[in-house]
This record gives sequence, structure tokens and C-alpha cells, in this order.
Amino acid sequence: MEPADIAWILTAIALVLLMFPGLAMLYGGMLNGRNVLNMVLMVMSSLAVTAVVYVIIGHGLVLGDSVGGAGIIGNPFEYSFFTSFMEDDGSGGPLWGAFYILFAGISVALVASGAAGRMKFGSWLVFVALWVVLVYGPLGHWVFAFSNEETGVVGGWMRNQLKLHDFAGGTAIHLNAGAAGLALAMVLGRRNAPAGRPHNLPLMLVGVALIATGWIGFNGGTAGGANFLAQYVVLTSILSLAGGILGFIAIERIRDGHATMLGAGTGAIAGLVGITPVADAVGPVGALFVGFLASAAAAWAITWKRRHKIDDALDVFAIHGIAGITGSLFAVFLANAAAPAGFSGILRGGEMDLLWREGLALIVTMVYSFAMTYAIAWTMNKIVPIRVSVEEEELGLDRALHVETAYEGRTF
Amino acid sequence: MKLITAIIKPIRVETVSKELEKAGFTGLSVSEMQGRGAQAGRMEYYRGQAFAVEFRTKMCIELLVAEKDVDKAIDVIVANARTGDAGAIGDGKVWVTPVERVVRVRTGEEGEAAI
Repeated sequence: MEPADIAWILTAIALVLLMFPGLAMLYGGMLNGRNVLNMVLMVMSSLAVTAVVYVIIGHGLVLGDSVGGAGIIGNPFEYSFFTSFMEDDGSGGPLWGAFYILFAGISVALVASGAAGRMKFGSWLVFVALWVVLVYGPLGHWVFAFSNEETGVVGGWMRNQLKLHDFAGGTAIHLNAGAAGLALAMVLGRRNAPAGRPHNLPLMLVGVALIATGWIGFNGGTAGGANFLAQYVVLTSILSLAGGILGFIAIERIRDGHATMLGAGTGAIAGLVGITPVADAVGPVGALFVGFLASAAAAWAITWKRRHKIDDALDVFAIHGIAGITGSLFAVFLANAAAPAGFSGILRGGEMDLLWREGLALIVTMVYSFAMTYAIAWTMNKIVPIRVSVEEEELGLDRALHVETAYEGRTF
Repeated sequence: MKLITAIIKPIRVETVSKELEKAGFTGLSVSEMQGRGAQAGRMEYYRGQAFAVEFRTKMCIELLVAEKDVDKAIDVIVANARTGDAGAIGDGKVWVTPVERVVRVRTGEEGEAAI
């Protein structure tokens, strides 16, 4: 790799790392003050457990040569213990190893939305390990592993056989996390006490800021180097973030009568989710619309979910699932051929193929993620219940599970 | 000796405290409280979900006064805690309770000398 490329990816890795404390603050700030430390721990432990799984088999599952050439799952032992990363072969192995650990880690951290305030911490750690292997491993392989005809390496079926266009993980990361959060919430059941008001909105906004900063590295780093593509996707990401803020508060203003800060922060994230799969495929004006529409769709879906009594406490399905789908569909219809990805959406004279290719990928991602996550959580729960006791839930998980409190003398 | 307790709007606390000081009441205690009265609760919206906020936040001022100063203190509090020209629902309440004994910790003085 060129030194400039290495320098940019190293920087991007540092940015993406900020997404973990960012998500911890976003999720933690939105809960009541008795469960905030537990949520921070769930997010940060996602990274810790993912790294262990990744070093052993995770990286191979995602980026290894496809087992049997089927495009279903990578060879789990190809990168075992990262031994091949100890010498410089010029391919940037350690760089991508670090980058992809963060991708997997943030995906499973997002799923904590469905477990907020009611899951045993030990069960969460086991769940993270199983989820990274059984859900993220295959999905990551389908989407992130490119075939290489020169070396004969076979990648994932979605990317290579289906020819899915997904720039930085709208399917494998965001829709996946959204569907998984929903499944986990359904296995766990609703929280006993009605969800209170968010205990600290400014903390939530600091979280949004860190996540948005990280996202620049997430999308910009996916460009693979210090190149024009990186410039372009950073621009479209910021435009979509801006559109996202406006989309969410517009819906709030119409529906509830007020624009809120929580809505603006949520919309910024939904806008970033929306652009993630299509950052290289839409024009700058299109990017503004992607953010606006993805965010408006998420704002609408948030109320839909509540009517169905599913306690996805922090709305990962609406914000990462629905916004991700919206972004992908925008490109299907309105992709701009002048953008780096170089294909036209259907309404701009592109091929109808796009619709079923993207549609199939979205549906398979959602169904597989939901079903497998449900199976993991359901099976774990049959062996040892994964939900805390009623008394622990009432006391708050900070005190009940971790014997510490976030705020002195306050019970909220 | 009497204990005056006043529950008032948070935005009026500084003014009431300053005016009491001007009127010669140097010591008082302030605490935040939640409660309900004639003023209705309100709705807040978080990600489109409506939450009824049942309790309003008020400030509680407590001060010990000599028998002869009670009316003066109450006048100052009421005049300065009232919002708008005619006052508004939620401006609060003031009440007086008898106090049996007061001791100043530093000197051991008792009664009105300790106020």
C-alpha cells in the first residue's frame, strides 16, 4: 500500500474507534439514570468480545476464501490468531484486520438497543460472541468479501454473484443490526416499568457527535485509501447527515407540533445510515435527499414499532434498519451515473435488475439476521434465562448487576 | 418563633431571596422539589412518544423568623414570587408553622437570639 493510503486508513481506524464511546453515550443518555452504566458496558464489551472472536475465527469467516467456493462463509482458519499479520507483505493486513474488527464490533453494539435495561450481563457477552460468529460472520462474508479472479479467491455470494451494490455495509451492518435488535427485543420481552424520559439528552448529543465523527472514518476508510472516492463519500456523508437532521425534525413538527433536539440528533444518525450503502452512487443533491428521506422514514417507523408493542428500546430497527433500506432504495431508483460508482438508477434509465438484486439482498439480510438472532437468543434463554429478575430490573441494572451508580444519590 | 415554608417557581427564587435579604432576613434554606397542585402536568415528546410529566419542579424556601417579623417576610415572598401582574396558576404557596426551640450550633444561643 502507498504510505498516503496507510496514513488515511490509520486515521480512519482512530475515528471509527470513537463510535464506541459515542454509541455508549447515545444509548446511555437515552435510558433512565439507573441503567446507563450497564448500557455503556454492553457497548464497550461488544468491542472487547468481538476482538477475541475475530482473532480466532472472525476475520476468516468474513474475508477468508469461501468454503467450497459457495460464497456462503469464509474459511474460518485462514487468519486464525492473526499470525499472517506479523510480517509486512505489503497488503496492509494488520490495517484491515483492525478496521474490520471495529466494523463487526459496532454492528453487535448496535443490537444492545433491543436488550436495554433487562438482560443479564454475562448472557450479553455470550450473545455477542455467538452473534458475531453466526450472524455477522456469514453476512459480512456475503457483502464484504470480493472475489479475485487473479488469485482465485472466492468471495461472498451477495457481492459477487448477486452483484449487490452496498458501499460500506448498509446490509451487513445496519439492516443486520436493526433486524437483530428487533429479534432480541422480542425474545427478551418488554421492560416491566414504562420507559421513562431520556435521563441526559446533552450526553446523547455528545454521543451523536462522536458517532458522526467516526462515520467519516467508517465511510471514508471504506474507500480503501487516500483517494478521490474517499473525498467524495466524506462529502456525501456530511450532506446526508444534514438532510437527516431536517428530515427528522420535519416529521416531528408535522406530527407532534415541535422540533426536538433528540429528533435532530437521531435524524443525523439516520441520515448517515441512509448514505452508508450508497455514498458513492448518488450525486451531492441526491445525498441531501437520501438523508432527508431516510431520516423521515425512520421517524415514521419509530411510532409504527411502538404500536406493535415491541420494546426495541433505542430504536435500532427504525434508525438503522428502515433508514438503511430507504438509502438503498433511493439509489435503486435515482443513482447518478456521474458519481464514482457509475451506475444509473431505474428512473434515470438504469436497469430494472437493480430492483430485484438490491431487494433480494435486503430481504435475505433482514430475514437471516432476524431468524438467526432469534434462534440464538431463544436457545440461550432455554438453557439459562437471559433476562434479569424483576427485583434487579426494578433496582436498575447499574446497582443490581455492576454494584455502581452513575449519579450520586439520585434514583431517577 | 415561626418557620415559614414557601413553595415557589424556580425562576423567582433569586429575586425572593435577594428581597428577603434586603428586608433583613439573612438566613434561609432552599431545596428543589417535585409536586402537583392546581397547575396541570404537561406533555413532552421523545422520538414521537408522548410522556405525561405529572410532577412540576418547584423550589422550596424555608426560613425561621421571630413572631413579629412573620407578616413582613410573607409580604416580601408573596410580592416577589408572583409572576405577571395578576399572578398565575403554579406560582406557589406560603405557610407558617410554630417552632418550639431553636439552637445556634456555634454559640449554643437559644430562641430568637439564634435566628
